[in-house]
Amino acid sequence: MTSGRAQGGAARRWVPVAWGAAGIVAVALLWELYKFVGPSEGVVIGQVEGEAGSGVLILPRTHDRAMPHIWTMIGRLFEPTSGGSTPPLFVSVAQAALLSLGIAAVGWLIGVAVGMLLGLVMQRWKLLEWGLLPWIVVSQIVPLIAFAPVVNAIGNQIDRGGTPWPQWLSVAVIASYLAFFPVAVGVLRGLEAPDRIHLDLMRSYAAGYWPTLLRLRLPASVPHLLPALRLAAANAVLGAVVAEVSIGMRGGIGRMLIQLAGQASSDPAAPWGPMFGSIVLGLIAAGSVALIGLGLKNYRRGEATA
Amino acid sequence: MRLSKRRGLGLVSAAAVTALALAACSGTSDTDSGSDDGDFTPLTSIKLQLQWLPQAQFAGYYLAQEKGYFEEEGFDSVEIVPSGGDIVPQDALVAGDVDFAIAWVPKVLGTLEASGVELTDIAQVFQASGTTQVSWKDSGITSVADFEGKRIGSWGFGNEWEIFAAMAADGLDSTSVSITTQDFSMNALLDNDVDAAQAMTYNELAQLLETVNPATGELYTMDDLDVIYYEDTEGAMLQDAIWADTQRLEDPAYADAAVRFLKAIAKGWLYARDNPEDAASIVYDIASNAEAAFPVGPVHQLWQMNEVNKLIWTGADFGVVDDAAWKKTVAGALSATNQDGLPLITTDPAASAYSNEYIEKALAELKDEGVDLSGSYTPIEVTLTEGGQ
Repeated sequence: MTSGRAQGGAARRWVPVAWGAAGIVAVALLWELYKFVGPSEGVVIGQVEGEAGSGVLILPRTHDRAMPHIWTMIGRLFEPTSGGSTPPLFVSVAQAALLSLGIAAVGWLIGVAVGMLLGLVMQRWKLLEWGLLPWIVVSQIVPLIAFAPVVNAIGNQIDRGGTPWPQWLSVAVIASYLAFFPVAVGVLRGLEAPDRIHLDLMRSYAAGYWPTLLRLRLPASVPHLLPALRLAAANAVLGAVVAEVSIGMRGGIGRMLIQLAGQASSDPAAPWGPMFGSIVLGLIAAGSVALIGLGLKNYRRGEATA
Repeated sequence: MRLSKRRGLGLVSAAAVTALALAACSGTSDTDSGSDDGDFTPLTSIKLQLQWLPQAQFAGYYLAQEKGYFEEEGFDSVEIVPSGGDIVPQDALVAGDVDFAIAWVPKVLGTLEASGVELTDIAQVFQASGTTQVSWKDSGITSVADFEGKRIGSWGFGNEWEIFAAMAADGLDSTSVSITTQDFSMNALLDNDVDAAQAMTYNELAQLLETVNPATGELYTMDDLDVIYYEDTEGAMLQDAIWADTQRLEDPAYADAAVRFLKAIAKGWLYARDNPEDAASIVYDIASNAEAAFPVGPVHQLWQMNEVNKLIWTGADFGVVDDAAWKKTVAGALSATNQDGLPLITTDPAASAYSNEYIEKALAELKDEGVDLSGSYTPIEVTLTEGGQ
């Protein structure tokens, strides 16, 4: 991801794409290879004869219900979602993914705004950093599935109180809860990144807090900020999908996955549709953030990868 | 717990305010108690909360809407609110978000005791329990007594109480039976992770029969399975019932709406009884156009319609709560202890927990109008296909 490689010749630009494609093909090959050589019932150790569910499964089952063939999964994408004349699965997946993406984007925006604010105030007042940073770290330990219903319940109460609070807003808030963390930490580190010598130079110009922030600290924070934003985007998607499932919001990709997984005995390839959808979703989210990076090209010296 | 208690208190106070307001309003018109001739403004817009997404299990309500039975009974708009598991029907009813709710009796009994709210079962749509425990033919589990020492799958979320009640009647509990949480697919049984899996006749059992047996290349059949129907055990509990807010029932407008609502849905279910194919296809169309419901295919819906009809039209009067079945449900709920050693309820529910007043009135009015709800359901033959599509 260094700028040097991107500025290379047209042929060299295709190298990463080729590697990406090769990676996908390799995963598909591995899948089919293991499905071919692996035992149909998997490998279980410590199984007691005649006792159902005993022992520990150390290698997964390979039969068609547990691991459908790649081509079955892809073929399923073009069959009707729910039989009859319902639209093909890939259309339903795309619609659900778009909804989740929108919600994740809102969550990302909230998370980035909150994270930047926290990073700024923590850099400005050391006392706040000492006071806030441990809590920010602790906040990420709270399991999302415990936290999500609380947010939903609060949202419902606000909604009942007369202020409209649609369910997707709860999902966005939960997504932002995961998204703000890397931004807060990244912005803090980034703002503290300038060398002592540069800060001293600013001081010798008699520059106050704001000019130092705008002309030195913010530009210097970009290499830390971009990976943080990318992490935040991935977290927002993850948060949105998990939140959908745990508060039961319908229409999104997480919910669709659960719905179809419930029918997986008789239609095992179907849940892989939304699974592929959520992978694409994560790539789109991270990719959109990369576009922001293009606009900030001049400031991306020595960017830490993440 | 605290939340729902507070919510309950909020409702009680809201109901008290409503009652006061109504008392103030009705003060102007001199009414006798019990008469409902025009001394109130009839409710024309109501909401019904389902306990799951649109499927044939709720056909009667959707048919009442599709066939205009709600309009016939004077409702301008009836909103049927599906739940994806996010909305607990009885909680939505207590909170005042909806006017009526569909829920299983044992789940509501648990809520009533835990939160102290008052709800009334005004119509017992499903007369029989549709829960089963399914095992492979060769595993020798043909009665609840055979659960001993076996690994038994259960869904949890309040769907498990019949298992524990049936086990309690056979002197078993979670120390002698290994209870495992299973998901809503039948993979736990198919992969032999459990000895017997929980399944509804109208849903998961069909899903099993829509799966190809790798040994034969054909779909599994009932010959491959042993099925214990909880309806035949001591654990049988009443399931889909229509619940109303007990205190609100004192409001003549709400009580009148309850009767009209029951008339409309009785007609809906009657249509489903007499036209199962058409009913299943209507529900399938609604479900597949509903937002993100992703129903199992049309054949599955027809199977479900057929099985649901069997649970509703048992020969008893439509929707009337059978006192013996109610008592059995309560006894089961009192005796059951789950795998964490917790009981569902510890005391008998209030007498207001069910009332046949409204359904009987509805049935009488329907009879006067020439709607014949007597007669029984003639089951149809449904041939399942892979994936129910």
